[in-house]
This record gives sequence, structure tokens and C-alpha cells, in this order.
Amino acid sequence: MTEAAPKPAPVAEDILRKAVASRFDFREIIALPVISVVIALILGAVTMLATGVGIETIGRSFVALFVGSFGSVHALSETLTSATPLILCGLGLALGFRAGLFNIGAEGQLILGGIAAVAVGFMLTGLPTIIHLPLAIIAGMVAGALWASIAGWLKAATGAHEVITTIMLNFIAYRLTDYLLRNPPIQKEGRTDPISESVLASAQLPKLLAGLDPSLRIHFGLIIALVAVVLVYWLLFRSTVGFEFRASGANPDAARYAGMRSGWIIVVVMACAGALAGLAGANQVLGVLGRASPNFSAGIGFDAIAVALLGRSHPVGVLFAGILFGALQAGGRQMQVAAGVSIDLIAIIQALIIVFIAAPLLVRAIVPWSFRARAGARAGAR
Amino acid sequence: MDIELRGITKRFGSVVANSDVNLKIRAGEILGLLGENGAGKTTLMNVLSGLYRPDEGEILIDGKPVYFRGAGDAIRAGIGMVHQHFMLVPVFTVAENVVLGVEPVKALDRLDIKTARAQVRAISTEHGLEVDPDAIIEEIPVGLQQRVEIIKVLFRSASAIIFDEPTAVLTPQEVVEFFGIIRSLREAGKALVFITHKLGEVLQVADRISVLRAGKIVGEGDPKTATSADLAEMMVGRPVRFAIEKRTTSPGGPLLEVKGLTVLNERDEIAVRGIDFTVREGEIVGIAGVQGNGQTELVEALTGLRRAAAGTVTFAGNDITHASARERHRQLIAHIPEDRQRSGLIADFTVAENAVLDRYYAPPFSSGILMHWPEAYAEAARIVRDFDVRTASIHTHAGNLSGGNQQKLVVGRELGHDTKFLIAAQPTRGIDVGSIEYIHERIAKARDEGDGILIVSTELDEVMSLSDRILVMFRGRIVAEFDGRTATVKEVGLAMAGVVS
Repeated sequence: MTEAAPKPAPVAEDILRKAVASRFDFREIIALPVISVVIALILGAVTMLATGVGIETIGRSFVALFVGSFGSVHALSETLTSATPLILCGLGLALGFRAGLFNIGAEGQLILGGIAAVAVGFMLTGLPTIIHLPLAIIAGMVAGALWASIAGWLKAATGAHEVITTIMLNFIAYRLTDYLLRNPPIQKEGRTDPISESVLASAQLPKLLAGLDPSLRIHFGLIIALVAVVLVYWLLFRSTVGFEFRASGANPDAARYAGMRSGWIIVVVMACAGALAGLAGANQVLGVLGRASPNFSAGIGFDAIAVALLGRSHPVGVLFAGILFGALQAGGRQMQVAAGVSIDLIAIIQALIIVFIAAPLLVRAIVPWSFRARAGARAGAR
Repeated sequence: MDIELRGITKRFGSVVANSDVNLKIRAGEILGLLGENGAGKTTLMNVLSGLYRPDEGEILIDGKPVYFRGAGDAIRAGIGMVHQHFMLVPVFTVAENVVLGVEPVKALDRLDIKTARAQVRAISTEHGLEVDPDAIIEEIPVGLQQRVEIIKVLFRSASAIIFDEPTAVLTPQEVVEFFGIIRSLREAGKALVFITHKLGEVLQVADRISVLRAGKIVGEGDPKTATSADLAEMMVGRPVRFAIEKRTTSPGGPLLEVKGLTVLNERDEIAVRGIDFTVREGEIVGIAGVQGNGQTELVEALTGLRRAAAGTVTFAGNDITHASARERHRQLIAHIPEDRQRSGLIADFTVAENAVLDRYYAPPFSSGILMHWPEAYAEAARIVRDFDVRTASIHTHAGNLSGGNQQKLVVGRELGHDTKFLIAAQPTRGIDVGSIEYIHERIAKARDEGDGILIVSTELDEVMSLSDRILVMFRGRIVAEFDGRTATVKEVGLAMAGVVS
């Protein structure tokens, strides 16, 4: 073989490689994420210890974390409500990862999707839910898809790296949102602060368990997210488009050799990812918030990167990772109330999870037995 | 220094890579270690160089048992390894690379480049390894880079040197120079191991030959008496035919016509200079040439992966000069790419996914955007069976297959269905003798079925044994044409070097 020494992979490519698990590999898909989460939780406890939190309080906060996420119907509803946009947005990012695109712009796509959904949600009047709601959702998806396509087109046409362009598009999306929220027709009449009109009842995602208890926030968006998991799985593994996505991500040279059009694929992948992020934004404004305000996205677009990484860019993995992160969010709020531990700790734990996923060797060093057989199997294949 | 390996066994999980291997390496002698890919050569040498610890057996140096806990121990014991893929820093100079890790330093830990340079010079002159200590690695040819690797090993006072497939990356001229170097190291009393799967080379240069098959030493040979056929049979475990039967073919009408084709490389330099040739039905045309004379660009232009700057390409009467890769594929032009791992296969995809990599978009493997996986699986199973691809299953990742089996998978995908034309670049590079024989047979069979075939290879033997007609490419031009039945290695070799009568 005459291939040159492997080129040092740029950081983004390196993370991408780790973000996509080989299918059917228990250690890659289950063991690594689970161990990462456990170690991150332990280190979270260590962080609390180091900052002078008593053992008893730490114990209480972990109990609160669990009770607040899975301990009751209400807790479960909160977990799933928080998980829904993370799953949707994470699916979009996973699609990008599979195709070798490191899309940092989910946040911007999500915000604009939300704004578009709000606009359709209050501007169109007199429509029944069955028409109005889908229109609002589609508006969100289209806005997200168009916004993401800009980055895709820039990459395909000029080679501009998507990490740079999507970050910049995020900033533009933030400021554009601020502008829209301060000006008619989006701004609520009679207000001077940046806030949108409220979404009409006919465009809101129906609550699923309102009959049981009106305070249960879980809504129809969860069903949409579950359908999206199935659709994305189908797209990735059962369609020719997904085959092209995966081929381009795993080996762009081979994809080109096989006659795939790389530019077209990049734009389509970004559009799909943007549509899912926009759907997540629509889900928030139509299902939870009822309107848009600055920072309504609450960093979901960034947390979703962690969800996609933790889920190893597999739709089912993203589903579980999204539920876990949703649980951390819901449980974290309970923890803050019950044990007085700042919810920032949750952010620390989430960040640690990403660190461990991105650095499997670290996990291996901490828990050596978890990867021993794998190393042997790989060497044996030589 | 004499080294003895006694009863070395190395397992990876349930795979036995080396089984009870006994080997003697003597000072002032070149041991040729011959074996197919996956026979366990590299594992064995990694045991010797301290990278792996054997599960059983021991290593003796000058009769005394030694234990290596890592590569550092082996280096200190005087064992050096020149890897197939060089371990050099491309932007550093020769001298900097040589001393890397054991740098001579001045006060305050500053690199003493003067001393380093002098030390490199001393070693170069002592062993006739001429190289400029101040040259930047990425600017010197591969042959010189290899010398730097050898100097590096000598600099660390190695008395035994292991060469892992040292000739794989060299041009024929560089191979000759390499043989000179290894012989002079032998005269200097070094113990040398030459790992390869190329029979001719061991016969030329080795003093003793050991053959490894499936992790076991299956035979020893004396290069003075052994023949290629004996050694090949030992390596593969069955008799091997070297020559493809050349029928007196009666090629049909012209199929691929290339006129005035000019192609640029990445740096916008002219790589292919207005060449003309024709390949007819039922004919194998071989393009010989030293690597880097425009063959890669030619193949890419013919397969639609690179734009033609000028000229025309006509296939079966249709102008395909600007057709996309897929359009050409639809016209039943198959393409075995030069580098299976870079573009022929996707290592993270399964055998089945790779089996339909360039045919997934049409029935029976898909309709609309819906993939028909059962049909793809059936196709993969057929290729695996018909082309003797050794794999655990069609759901195994292609990256886990040996090089030969990966290549058979690519060949199977390209030739395993109805084709009219085949463009094969380096179809047997870096694979074992058994697979080479098999792939050559399949290519000849496609020819016999009336396909036009263009083979581009830097392996002169390959071009000579397969082609009905041989074209020689030199600096972007076709400088000579020979009849495949009468051409001699000497005249083709001279044309490859640009010497045309």
C-alpha cells in the first residue's frame, strides 16, 4: 500500500468520527454512553464535595434529581416535555453527523423555526386546529430548513466550513429574532419589551394528559418526536438518500467514486437537519411557551449536540439520550428546590458526559475492564 | 548479534496470530520472511520489537533470554524497526527527524543541531546512505525518506534491523538502491530481517528464507536453490499459476477511443499531455509506467472523476468526455479504483452495503428512494461466493477484511454483473499471491466475454502477464506501444524510464 501517513484529523472531523457509532456494537452504543453518564454523575458529586456541600445534602440532591425526573407522573411529564425538543433537534444533528457535517447551528435554526411557527400561529385566524396547527409546524420546519441550507449551500458552493458558517448564522439568528420581537407585526401590541403575540389556541399542540391533571405539561409534540425517530431511522437505514448521507459521511472519496453528488447531499442533509431543529423550535412555542421571547430556545440547540453525541448519532440512541437530558433538566429543577443545589451543576454534568463521549480513552483509563475485550478483538482482526 | 525466537505464540482473543514460531536471525545475514497478508508476519515482528508480549515462548539475544516490556526495551537491546509507513515529521529536516527523542542538547536544553547534523553525516558516510541532513522530509522522494528511517534506526545503535514491506512504496530504481543499502548493512555485520510478500525480491536479496502461513513457519528456503513456484506454493498452501493463458484473441471493434486527452492535476499542472489510444472489444490494454507519470489523472478523467482539459473520450460511439461518473457507470463501464481504502470501499460499511455502493440507486437494489435490502444482501452473498471473498458474514464491516478480500469484494462488485468495459487501476496492489491470481483470472474472463479492458498498473509483471497490448506512459505521454505476446521486460522497463529507441 502506498497511502501516505494519515493526516492529522482536524478537531471537528475527529469528534464527528466519534459521534457516529458502528451499528450493532454493544460497547460503542451502550457501554460507553452509560459509563460516561455514571462517571459524570460521580464527578458531579465530587464537584459538590469540593465546594463544601455536605454529604447529606449531596445524597438529598441525587434523590431529588431522581424523584424530580422519574418519581411521579408529574415528574415524568416534565422529563418528557423537556426531552421532546432535545430529541427532535438531536435527530437533526445526528443526520448531519452521519453525513460528516458538524452542524453547530441548530440553535439558530431552532429559533427561526420557533419565530416562523409563532407568526403563523397568531396571524392566521379562523382556521380549525387540524389545518392551523400543521401549517404552523410546517412553517417552523421550512424556516429552519432554509436557514440551515444557507450553510449547506455555502459549503457546497465555496467550501466554507460548516462549523464556522453555522456559528455565524446563529449570531445572525439571535439578532434577527431580537429585531423581529421588537417590531410589528411580531411584537405584541402595546408592549415595549421584546415579546411576540401569543399563539392562538387553534395552533397549539394539545396537552396529552390535561384530562388527568391540567398542570401536566406533556403535549402532542412527544408523539411527533417519536414519529420523527422512526422516520429518521427509516431515512438513514432504509432509503437511498440515507445511504448517500452515510456514505458521504463515512468516506467522501468513495461516495464521489460511487457517483454520488456531494454538493447536493450537503444541502439536503443541512435542510433536513434544519427542518428538525425548526420543528423543535415550533414544538417549544406551540406546545410549551405559547409565544416567543428572547432566549426562548434556552440553549436547546446546543444541548442537542450533546444528545446526538451521547446517542451515537443513532435515532434510537438519540431518543434515550434526549430522555436522559430531559430527566436531568426536570430533576435539576427539583434538586434546586429540594436541596438548594444550583441547577448549574446539571450543566457541569452534561458537559462532563460530552467530555467522556469525545474521549473514550479517558473512560477506558477510568474503567479499564469496559474496553479490554474490544481492544483484543480489534488487534485480532489484523 | 544473533537473535532467536523460540516457540513464540501470540493470540488475540480466539485468533492465533503466531503459533509456536521458531526463528533464528544472525549477524551479517539477511533473513527473508515471506508470507501472505494476514499470515502473521507483522505480529511476529511486533513481538520482536517489543510492541506485543508473546503469550508463550521466549526471545534470546546471543543465547540469553530477554524480556521486552515495550518498544523502548527492544531499542535499547539493539533491535530497530523500519515500518512500512514511515514515522517521520514531514516539516522537520532530515537531521531533526533522526535525532527526534534522543536529541543532542546544549545548555538550557537547546537543540544542538550542529552535532545532530554531524552525527547524521557520519552515519550516512559509514553506510553509504547518502542524504542531505538539512533537507525537509516532505520535499524529498520516498526512497530518501526510507533512508532517513534507516539512519534513524542506526542512530539508536541498532545491530538488528527489521524492514516491514520496505519495497512496497519504492519505484523500481529505488528498489535496486535499497538492495544495495541492505547488502552494505549486511557487510557491516548487522542482523537483518526483510519482510515481504514479493517472491522475486527475497530470492534476489535474502541469504535465508522463512515462509509464514497462518501464523506458523511452514518452510525454509535457500534462495540459491528455491524457485518462485516452490515459495509461492508454501505461502499459499497450493500450487499457484503465474501466467494467465493468453489466447490468441481476435479483438472486435473499437470501444473506448481517446483523442488528444489533456488532464490537469490538483496544482493545475498538465499531468496528461494530449494522448490518443483505443481499446477494442475483447482486448486487454495495459498501461505501464512508474507511479506519478499521469496514470492517476488519466484514470480519473476516463471515469468522470476529473475534468478533461482538452480532447475527447468516446465510448461505443457516444461522446462521454464530460459525462458524470454515474452516467459512465450506467453505460456499463466498471471501475476498479487505484486505492480501495481511499475510494473503493467504505471501511465502516458492511460487506453488503459496499457490494451495492455504486449500484444502490437503481432496481433491483432500490425503487424511488426506498432501498431493497434483501436484494442487496442476495447480491452481496453472490459476490462473496462467486469471488471467493473470505468474510465472517455479509454484515461484517469491510474494514475488518484482509486487503486481498477487500479487493476481491471491489472486483466482484465491478465485474460481478453485466459490463462492457473495465478500467482497473492497480487492481492487485498490496494483496496476496492467491488473490492476485484469482483477480487476474476474473479480468481475463471478462475479456474473453468481450469486454474492453484498460489496466493501469505500476507493477510491470502484472501489465506484462495480462495485456494483449502494452502502452507505456512517461511524463504524461504514451511513449511506446508493444504487443503483449512479444514484449520483453527489458524493453518495456526501458520505456518506463523514458528511454525509447
